[in-house]
Amino acid sequence: MTHLLEVENLEVKFALRFGDLTAIDDISFYLDKKEKLGIVGESGAGKSVTGFAIINLLSKPGYIAGGRIRFEGREINRLSAEALRQIRGNRISMIFQDPMMTLNPVLTIGTQMVETVQAHRRIGKAEARELALEKLRKVYIPSPEKRLDQYPHEMSGGMRQRIVIAIALLTDPALIIADEPTTALDVTIQAGIMELLTELCETEAMGLILITHDLAVVSQVTERIAVMYAGRIIETGYTTDIVTHPRHPYTIGLINSLPGTRQAGSRLEQIPGMMPNLTAIPEGCAFHPRCFLAADQCRRHRPELTAVSGGRHWAACHRLDQTLGHNHLHR
Amino acid sequence: MFAFIVRRVFQAILVMVVIAFIGFSVQHSIGDPVRDMVGERVSLAEREALREQLGLNDPVLAQFGRFCWKALHGDLGTSYFHKRPALDVIVSKAPATLELVFGATVIILSFCFPVGIYTAIQPRAWFSRFVMAVSTIGVAVPVFLTAIVLIYVFGVELQWLPTYGRGVTVNVGGWDTGLLTADGLLHLILPSVSLASIMLPLYIRLIRSEMMEVLETEYIKFAWAKGLSRWRVWLLHAFKNTLLPVITVFGVEIGILFAFTLLTETVFQWQGMGFMFLEAVERSDTALLVAYLVVVGVMFVVINTIVDICYGLINPMVRIAGNP
Repeated sequence: MTHLLEVENLEVKFALRFGDLTAIDDISFYLDKKEKLGIVGESGAGKSVTGFAIINLLSKPGYIAGGRIRFEGREINRLSAEALRQIRGNRISMIFQDPMMTLNPVLTIGTQMVETVQAHRRIGKAEARELALEKLRKVYIPSPEKRLDQYPHEMSGGMRQRIVIAIALLTDPALIIADEPTTALDVTIQAGIMELLTELCETEAMGLILITHDLAVVSQVTERIAVMYAGRIIETGYTTDIVTHPRHPYTIGLINSLPGTRQAGSRLEQIPGMMPNLTAIPEGCAFHPRCFLAADQCRRHRPELTAVSGGRHWAACHRLDQTLGHNHLHR
Repeated sequence: MFAFIVRRVFQAILVMVVIAFIGFSVQHSIGDPVRDMVGERVSLAEREALREQLGLNDPVLAQFGRFCWKALHGDLGTSYFHKRPALDVIVSKAPATLELVFGATVIILSFCFPVGIYTAIQPRAWFSRFVMAVSTIGVAVPVFLTAIVLIYVFGVELQWLPTYGRGVTVNVGGWDTGLLTADGLLHLILPSVSLASIMLPLYIRLIRSEMMEVLETEYIKFAWAKGLSRWRVWLLHAFKNTLLPVITVFGVEIGILFAFTLLTETVFQWQGMGFMFLEAVERSDTALLVAYLVVVGVMFVVINTIVDICYGLINPMVRIAGNP
């Protein structure tokens, strides 16, 4: 079976004056049609970079240093700039973090929608506007005709994010990459946007890569999860497995730090320390300085992803024998 | 939008009143008009009578009101040297200066945008590096030095271009223009280039840095993610946002161009307002100086108001703010 998206041994580096900095270190994952995958991690873990690498929109001086990205049967990291442009915003759409910054302040919503359609389809302006209206209705924008002639600053953050989602839908993409789509929004609006996004993925038969630091959101929305730490995937598998039986100490720590897992009034767990800077990733397992199970081999050898339960669940840890059942219990 | 324009125009009038007051104060406090008019032998009593007759003993505010009233009717006093109404003298000199500023503006506008945009999107290209290096020098060299070097190279050594005066002009509806004759245009080249030389490097650098900043924004990244063509991203999405701060600076800087015509016109013996102003200073022709101040003030205010209204047309947020 071929997957919709297949990322193999992806490596992303940043060319800096004192040498290349590895931001993404040999990660692989896949996504099937209509599937929803969550990429979870702290800021700086490389989740956004992964998202941008897929459509090759890395900010300079970032570049893809190795690996393959296969989408709809084509190796898209080898395509010409023009061929890739035809995929961006067409077969793969992106939703950004802050809707206040995503829309161009000096162009009307209509202009920003019509141009997207016309970049990929040979249709007239009137027809493109019709399509835009249809998509605005899909994201439940009230009086869409009026919105087309308005500017972004005339709308609230939640409304703008709906419009960004409508723009992402315009060309009926097969995949949406949503980079922290609700992080910048009001908590009351977050749930609505997330619900809309998942609902649309069902009705429009789209795959979704949800990039977020919010494990709670991911566990509600996605079917599979990849947990990233310091540029690597350290645990991946089905969401239910990972949430109920996390095996990597980092994932365990993340889950324990969720308010919902603790008794009301008790202190939240936290993972001691900070994620290492990319310039100073520790030897061996990058997590070992913060790990409650760190042993000698963790300081010397980097663990590879190994299957933990019948090919459904992988974790990169030397002490997997110690992590079983550690959820909610350790210490 | 209408309310915005009305408010802008009202502000412009307010600024004009202030300028008029400054002009009035200059005239009021520099020299004694009666002494200028009459000779040494006129008695004190006669002088006092003349003062009364001219209204110089009235309250300052009344005099200022009269000054404004006259100014509104085009009477800015009489030039002592030219023995003509000061406004007439200025109007006869204005075409030369306006054409010089126009020539410089054409040069600036036709180069700053393409070069500024190119250096922003290709900052590493050798041409961009070259432009940046040259513009640093351009910003630093004073306009009179540029003018003299240009005269030396193109006038004295190469003998390609005329170096003084306006050449052949034709009168079109009371406006002496050098733009319609080949000779007039040739004469315009060196003065315009040297006047442009102060602003052009500044504008190129301004457009470049503004555009580079815009290119880093999220909405530009989103525009790329939508799969738009690079020209659409650069020339519509990025450039339109670059224009906002640039237009504001333009308004101020056009005024500065007028100020620099003083130097350019002197070096090139260009018979414009700047040249006239320096002559008036040498001759202590206060009426003419004040008239110049008021006229240039009006031009400043009008240009700035137009620029602000243009800004409102481009920036939707200003337009809304103007709508109560």
